[in-house]
Amino acid sequence: MQFDPDLKARLLFQFNEILPAECILTAEEDLRPYECDGLTAYRRVPLAVVLPVTTEQVQQVVQTCARMNIPVVARGAGTGLSGGALPEENGIILGLSRLNKILEVDTDNLIARVQPGVRNLAISQAVDKHGLFYAPDPSSQIACSIGGNVAENSGGVHCLKYGLTVHNIQQIRLVTIDGELVTIGTETLDNPGYDLLALLTGSEGMLGIVVEVTVKLTVKPQTVQVLMADFPEVVAAGEAVAAIISSGIIPAGLEMMDNPAIRAAEAFAKAGYPVDAAAILLCELDGTETEVAEQAASVSAILQRYGASNIHTATTASERAKLWAGRKSAFPAVGRISPDYYCMDGTIPRKHLAHVLQKINDFSEQYGLRVANVFHAGDGNLHPLILYDANRPGELEKAEQFGADILALCVKVGGSITGEHGVGHEKIDSMCVQFTEPALEMFHAIKRAFDPAELLNPGKAVPTLHRCAELGAMHVHRGQLSHPELPRF
Amino acid sequence: MIADNDITHTLHEQVVTAIDSKQPLHIVGGGTKAFYGNETQGQELNTTAHTGIVAYEPSELVVSVRAGTRIQELENLLAAHGQMLAFEPPCLAPNATIGGAVGAGLAGPARPWQGTVRDHVLGVKLVTGQGKIASFGGQVMKNVAGYDVSRLMAGSLGTLGLMLEISLKVMPKPSHELSLALEMPEADALELGSRLRKDAMPITASAYFDGCLYLRLGGAKSTVKAASSTIGGEVLQQQNEFWQALRNQTHEFFQQYDRPLWRLSFPPATGMVSRLEGSSLVEWSGTQRWIYSNIPVNLIRSIAEKYKGHATLYRGRLPGVSTFHPQPLALLNMQKRLKQAMDPHGIFNPGRMNKDW
Repeated sequence: MQFDPDLKARLLFQFNEILPAECILTAEEDLRPYECDGLTAYRRVPLAVVLPVTTEQVQQVVQTCARMNIPVVARGAGTGLSGGALPEENGIILGLSRLNKILEVDTDNLIARVQPGVRNLAISQAVDKHGLFYAPDPSSQIACSIGGNVAENSGGVHCLKYGLTVHNIQQIRLVTIDGELVTIGTETLDNPGYDLLALLTGSEGMLGIVVEVTVKLTVKPQTVQVLMADFPEVVAAGEAVAAIISSGIIPAGLEMMDNPAIRAAEAFAKAGYPVDAAAILLCELDGTETEVAEQAASVSAILQRYGASNIHTATTASERAKLWAGRKSAFPAVGRISPDYYCMDGTIPRKHLAHVLQKINDFSEQYGLRVANVFHAGDGNLHPLILYDANRPGELEKAEQFGADILALCVKVGGSITGEHGVGHEKIDSMCVQFTEPALEMFHAIKRAFDPAELLNPGKAVPTLHRCAELGAMHVHRGQLSHPELPRF
Repeated sequence: MIADNDITHTLHEQVVTAIDSKQPLHIVGGGTKAFYGNETQGQELNTTAHTGIVAYEPSELVVSVRAGTRIQELENLLAAHGQMLAFEPPCLAPNATIGGAVGAGLAGPARPWQGTVRDHVLGVKLVTGQGKIASFGGQVMKNVAGYDVSRLMAGSLGTLGLMLEISLKVMPKPSHELSLALEMPEADALELGSRLRKDAMPITASAYFDGCLYLRLGGAKSTVKAASSTIGGEVLQQQNEFWQALRNQTHEFFQQYDRPLWRLSFPPATGMVSRLEGSSLVEWSGTQRWIYSNIPVNLIRSIAEKYKGHATLYRGRLPGVSTFHPQPLALLNMQKRLKQAMDPHGIFNPGRMNKDW
């Protein structure tokens, strides 16, 4: 359906009152880069893209859109992997990349106040000279921005010990759908009233627009060591992970890769990975020198007990960086061995790892698509990368179904459909598998409390009950129709 | 042994009946924190019979527990596996429940180093304000599916739903602990606290009382020993008893009932706060300060604001005074709408979080 050209003209006229012309994109070739985020399988061209440079402009843009009933999709660096920043054809993209200043670094209170467009890694770089860092480190940290991290509650390889975004932010400033600027959280360790900061973190741009973030800074540990162990069997590697954690050690990072992932990463990053191993574990330990030495000895003993064939220890910064480079480049590395890949993000209780990996292999055979697994093993967050070729008719659909089967399996064993990438556009149907109707109703009620007209990133993250009912009709389990109480189309 | 007693059905019915009859409920666990929050009217709904461990996997670092389970019983179970609730919820009497701990959102001496209640909440099962049973979050560390309703429950004082089950992240106990006592003026103690924060010392608790700074160190034995010789001071004997007394507020400081007890929160680097007269106890390296004081409410709250903090009337309700620090209207309205969305019939502890709703 063609958007009313009159309404569009009025909208752009309003934007011109608020923003300089170079902050408003409307030409087809300027809009194209915004048609998708890091999940390129889904694309839509928005009506316009606006790129404000001040908080006041954000407020005015949102007010204008609210008044004219225009959907607003906020976007940071566009690295998201779930289509959370996928535009609405009749809406605008509110790009926050030009709000990119570090406003304040407070080394006494160990916080930094930054604008949403500041890149994740840029924060750690800016405070490095003070012996500090910002702990959450998603693999996309060189590009992804902090506003997007808040929207997705991003994790990374260090969250077992240092927590997720929600644990590492102190305060946000939020523009509501009414264009009001509200400060959420305090500079202290708690706040009067509800913990709205927890609710808003990970809300995928659906409850408000984050225009400032106060992050907590962490003191850099004295010493860091990374152990790499190769295993002849995946199951043994999984058991070793459980044994390390049961022993009372919380590693700074604990990552696992299976053979296809190892091969791809090694070919790409030359990290020195053993290409014949069934699995490798990367275990990072940090703390005081004595503590790290003691823990490294304990971890090595456990790894050996569970059948690690080689244990390699990286103590210098460059050796460590090399080992991590392989892991952090796993996604682009897989991108080189397949025309397209589809990255999943389910989490599972770790004890089910062997079972889940076996089932993923079965699905792989069933769908005739290869899969490589990288795994935040410490916290149970799986990233199966499904390899496919979008140019082959039907392969994308097969990959999507393969992915949905993996997510259903994660839910079945007690896990979740998404650990850190968000639901976005991509996993909206899988939400129907994880949540019951009363839970979805609650999400919709919360959404309406913040955004009654549902203009902020509409249609993302929470499916309508009708959508789930229709989906349920397609997947009748044991003769039981899910959501039988709902009328059908 | 923790009794395995699932009364979901009864609790659910009570909520449904309350909705049908428009009868507000007053949710009570052990009732040990009844003094906290604004006064609420309603028919008592007691959760203490809803007990039991739903799942516990030490190697997964997760425990799922029914809301009426006693904190102490849960902690005994965890301790048998070398684990703990790292946020050290105050256990004001043996019958304090885990549902009450999450509802109150209060954390103990370890809070600045180990995180607060919500940092350890992974999932909840609720009876919702629509009278339905729904689960949020889960048993895994990372889970971003749907809005984070489970962490929102921490500190919501039972006003957003009736918690049936809670999944919590548990942590290994430190292999070694040692506590130090250092006599010094308060200003020096605050200054030392700031320095230690930047040195990443293995501190796990801090308190200043009666001219003496107390620090607890935790971690590998070698690390703790090295840190203790750097910091100096006397080794505190019977350290467990000392920190337990602070955590559970059985310490002599908390045994005064002649004046209201205020809890002030400040940013980490806050030094001495002037014009606060009264008997005081400083915790969390200065970020939590307790004071018994009769100074006017507006004055205490304006002093807190001056230092970018906030003041909670923790114990000893005063007529017309809200428990929690006043907030900007836009922020307050946001919370009111949230309360109305989650509890549309207004049956869960009305008035307890905010006097007007």
